Amino acid sequence: MSTSPTTPLIHARGLTKRFGDFTAVDAVDFDVQPGEAFGFLGPNGAGKTSTMRMVGCTSPVTEGELEVLGMDPDTQGSDIRRRLGVVPQADTLDMELTVMENLLIYGRYFDLSYKECRRRADELLQFVQLTEKSGSQVEPLSGGMKRRLTIARSLINEPEMILLDEPTTGLDPQARHLVWERLYSLKNQGVTLILTTHYMDEAEQLCDRLVVMDNARIVAEGSPKALIEQYASREVLELRFEDLKTPDLTGKGAHLIQRSEQLPDRILLYTDDGEALSETLHAEEIRPVSQLVRRSSLEDVFLRLTGRRLIE
Amino acid sequence: MTLRDNLRSVLRVVEHHAFVYRRTWQGSVFSTFLNPILYLAALGVGLGAFVDQSNPAGIEGVSYATFLAPGILVATAMNTATGESTYPVMAGIRWLKTYVGMILSPLSPRHVATGQLLWAGLRVTLGGIVFLGVMIAFGATDLPHALLMLPVTILTGLAFAAPIQAFAAAQTNDAPFATLFRFVIMPMFIFSGTFFPVTQLPELLQLVAYLTPLWHAVSLARGIALEMLDPVVALINVAYLCAMLVVGLLWSYRTFSRKLAE
Repeated sequence: MSTSPTTPLIHARGLTKRFGDFTAVDAVDFDVQPGEAFGFLGPNGAGKTSTMRMVGCTSPVTEGELEVLGMDPDTQGSDIRRRLGVVPQADTLDMELTVMENLLIYGRYFDLSYKECRRRADELLQFVQLTEKSGSQVEPLSGGMKRRLTIARSLINEPEMILLDEPTTGLDPQARHLVWERLYSLKNQGVTLILTTHYMDEAEQLCDRLVVMDNARIVAEGSPKALIEQYASREVLELRFEDLKTPDLTGKGAHLIQRSEQLPDRILLYTDDGEALSETLHAEEIRPVSQLVRRSSLEDVFLRLTGRRLIE
Repeated sequence: MTLRDNLRSVLRVVEHHAFVYRRTWQGSVFSTFLNPILYLAALGVGLGAFVDQSNPAGIEGVSYATFLAPGILVATAMNTATGESTYPVMAGIRWLKTYVGMILSPLSPRHVATGQLLWAGLRVTLGGIVFLGVMIAFGATDLPHALLMLPVTILTGLAFAAPIQAFAAAQTNDAPFATLFRFVIMPMFIFSGTFFPVTQLPELLQLVAYLTPLWHAVSLARGIALEMLDPVVALINVAYLCAMLVVGLLWSYRTFSRKLAE
């Protein structure tokens, strides 16, 4: 998909954002193609939100090149925003209004007639499964419901592209899955999704392609699968030892271990065959209190690239 | 964007405020409508009875209630404008972030600031109309004079709302608002000629009073009500309030943009 010759919806080269002396985004390059689900994966403070706000035309570009929907955010911000859907990190709902009123007034910002606003609002409430909450105040809704309402609101102008800044941060697992399912359905309808996240499972589930951000820079780019293949082994053997003290493993099972990573509470051994490695270590009298063989994930990719974990 | 587009966007922001007001108007009935009427009743009629008794010639040749009413009219415009331009602005930018939500749409920080100002102006207008109606009922003025005082009331509201919303947008918490009310708005309310002619003040304080925006508003409104308008003074009054409005609006473009789209 990344090699398709169509005009990209977003084109960024050397994109930079500085606040005074602080560089939030440091010369990043990326393109997003129509229909793609594109992710920014990285820990808090990596520069994901600043990048998204520049793309969403609510934060001026300090330096570099940025085109959104073929237009210049600096001079055509309003025209670009007219065609975008934006789900910001913090909900910005009108607590004093009802669920329905929130959608109606937001549609008005896009110059839709009240009749059209109401028609779309009814549809969208159904889409995010909030129809029965239509008349209730926003304040008492659960976090997951507020998030779904924000997503519905971002769709009122039938945008070609949706920017989601940490769409499920702070939600419980059930609420997260419901949001993912709705986003997946949008993706299937051909809407371009751009999201930031520090959850590797979110990135793996939703993104066709992603960039890994750390310290204001992009450190890797690819599909989740390609990134895992490139930067991690097939499997990981996680070992925990008594008193959190890892014994000296030098030379033990060395032919099976591609790389190891010592974390405060456990050691990760990267290997193509976790079971075989586990058996070899057992034969070498290594006795962990617990062990786990799992597939490598984007978390491992991030650890490899930055030496740190996504969520500390 | 054409002027027409900009105007439409500003009206969308006003529409938003009207939407919210439809849900919350009960809370402001007291401050906007009842407070000024209570002032007029208690001071104008109650206290006024004593004032008029000891001073049969009247103040500026009229009863105390008639003298007081135009002062209360514009002082209330100041209070309403201040209220509308402080906490609601803080809520829009920081607490509820509804303004942050607005600029994710085609609306820009300038539209938000201009719409906020117009809304404050509308609230002042509404309060002004009701109070002018009460003034007519009290016999403190008549319809033609009231129609001339209404634009003065609106200008007063806008002149206060503009710089105050700019100031409010720049704050990180609401503590400075209490300071603003206590040390700027309240003293002006009392000493800028609302309740008594500033000529009653010691000379130095008189000069200070002439510099306050509320004195200019009172001078205009009372000048119309009592038909004692001095054209030169009136021109200075209008220019002062207009300058405040323009400078305040431009300042609020800066602070709104900085807070909403930095």
